[in-house]
Amino acid sequence: MHEMALAEAVVRIVTDKARSAGAERIVRVRLEIGALAHVEPAALSFAFEAVTPGSPAAGAALEIDRAPGRARCDTCASTVEIDRLGEACPVCGGVGLRVLSGDELRVKDMEVG
Amino acid sequence: MCTTCGCGQAEVVIDHGHGHDHGHHHGPLGGTHEAGVSATRIIEIEENILARNDAVAAHNRAHFTATGTLALNLVSSPGSGKTTLLARTATDLSDRMPVAVIEGDQQTSLDAERIRATGARAVQINTGKGCHLDADMVHRALHGLVLAPGATLFIENVGNLVCPAGFDLGEAAKVVILSVTEGEDKPIKYPDMFAAARLMLINKADLLPYVPFDVAQCIAYARQVNPQIGVLTVSALTGEGLEGWYRWIEALRAERAALAG
Repeated sequence: MHEMALAEAVVRIVTDKARSAGAERIVRVRLEIGALAHVEPAALSFAFEAVTPGSPAAGAALEIDRAPGRARCDTCASTVEIDRLGEACPVCGGVGLRVLSGDELRVKDMEVG
Repeated sequence: MCTTCGCGQAEVVIDHGHGHDHGHHHGPLGGTHEAGVSATRIIEIEENILARNDAVAAHNRAHFTATGTLALNLVSSPGSGKTTLLARTATDLSDRMPVAVIEGDQQTSLDAERIRATGARAVQINTGKGCHLDADMVHRALHGLVLAPGATLFIENVGNLVCPAGFDLGEAAKVVILSVTEGEDKPIKYPDMFAAARLMLINKADLLPYVPFDVAQCIAYARQVNPQIGVLTVSALTGEGLEGWYRWIEALRAERAALAG
């Protein structure tokens, strides 16, 4: 359940930013989580709800944008979209996909009041 | 809908997946209701959630470079034989290079004691309820560990094939250990760890005659997730294949020395 540690990191980031911006209350937090990132979004949302009370992010809505996973096939050289690791190439069926992107784990922005 | 606190019709039906037999409050968060007046603003952040961990990991990495240390992050399920492998490795390598160990477990210092019994330096991190080591835990452990120049530092992560995959500790490489008493399909069941690792050690090879573990299939699965992963089959109990593991460590040390030099 490392999502708890990640949720704590998110709260630390948004709390610091809110403080330096002079904002008292965080209404909404938007994350970008790649399809191949080591995160289960539902678990992260649950953890966020659990760790925010008592912080400026208490009650804030958490929005998670998913970024697609992209990989290049060693066999047919296609660039393909994937949503998990270990799958065969959707174009040629070959194995050996090299991940190009999709492991994003970022706080994009937040709405403060 | 009131723009100040976000309350309104949308609040009437909220499915957040738990029952309502307990009375809790979905109302405004202490904001004043000023219909039509937008008092909120958007603040751009664009920051990696793991930025703080990664910054400490970079600090650890700089320390390893400065001290000529090769740091390896050993990850596996509980019961793969990591500690037995480490105790054997520490003993066998003691006349070739300085060896130090950071042991990560939820509780007890039993593993660090096992390593110290071999003569190697070892510190124990107890994560409590934590499911993985992070860079800061390793940083604090390093303050309690004097590294001899040119040492190889083995960081034994918490036994868990999921969570430790996402946390950089500052290591040169992750080494994943899988034993033949587990399923050969673990690389595709827990792909993140095998994708993150540079080497897979298939341990407990002495048991291969007695278990239905398919080594070739296991390697094929691992390469499906990570085409570049190195693979060695070993037995920490009998010593089979361990020389290959030691040569791999020595090659990595040479690589690090070349980078530093």
